[in-house]
Amino acid sequence: MSSAAFVVIAILTLAAALAAATLQKLMHAALSFALAFVGIAAFFFLLGAEFVGLVQVFVYIGAVAVLIVFTILLTRRDVEKDRGFNWSGVVVAIAVFGGLIWAILKTRSVSIAAPEIPALTVERIGQVLMTGYIWPLLCVGLLLTAALIGALILVMEEKR
Amino acid sequence: MMPTLSIFLVVSAALFSIGLLAALSRRHAIFILIGIEMMLAAANLNFIAFWRFSPQPQQPTGVMVAIFSIAIAAAEAAVGLALVIAVYRHYRTTNVDQLDQLKG
Repeated sequence: MSSAAFVVIAILTLAAALAAATLQKLMHAALSFALAFVGIAAFFFLLGAEFVGLVQVFVYIGAVAVLIVFTILLTRRDVEKDRGFNWSGVVVAIAVFGGLIWAILKTRSVSIAAPEIPALTVERIGQVLMTGYIWPLLCVGLLLTAALIGALILVMEEKR
Repeated sequence: MMPTLSIFLVVSAALFSIGLLAALSRRHAIFILIGIEMMLAAANLNFIAFWRFSPQPQQPTGVMVAIFSIAIAAAEAAVGLALVIAVYRHYRTTNVDQLDQLKG
């Protein structure tokens, strides 16, 4: 875990996130959103959680980003560009950021260096998932099924 | 030279604030969803960072919470985008300022 890689990834992620939040063209903002999630996945790799990083790449860049692009294309007859911008949101976001930074820098117990830890293997994740977390796993499966059916029902053609 | 935990928390806080900015400022429904996804990702980053810096990393609790959170965020994105398409079909707009029929 080196500082140089951390700085590069942090700048990339935050710049892409800011672009996704402020760009006027919808498609450019959606692609910046995908880039920001590549940066977050790189953070997960840097922190030693390779499996979560891979899941992040598969789910967000493989599925959610494509879903967002499809939705933009399906609804683009309306507005090519997002015109209105509410400036009071900027004030609230800066206030929240200031409060969080104040709390983080005030807390002494979080300014610690990373301890040496054994690598977290996929085998270990699978064992934990199938023993201690079996009920949450089943609930998530049920939730995903319900979300799939719900999304299908929402976009079904209505009978007139 | 390793980055400390607080630096990761600062990056995560910045990401959360950018997501909040997108969710509050944009008038397009898809971008409100993108902002919510960013806030969820910032929370995931916090979970992973706290797991990495914890004294007992043998228990991968933070990793598990992050995996479940990603699954739930994916379900939320699917239902949210289906809602956007359904709303667009009814009102021919995705601008949330124009969706004020329930206003008294």
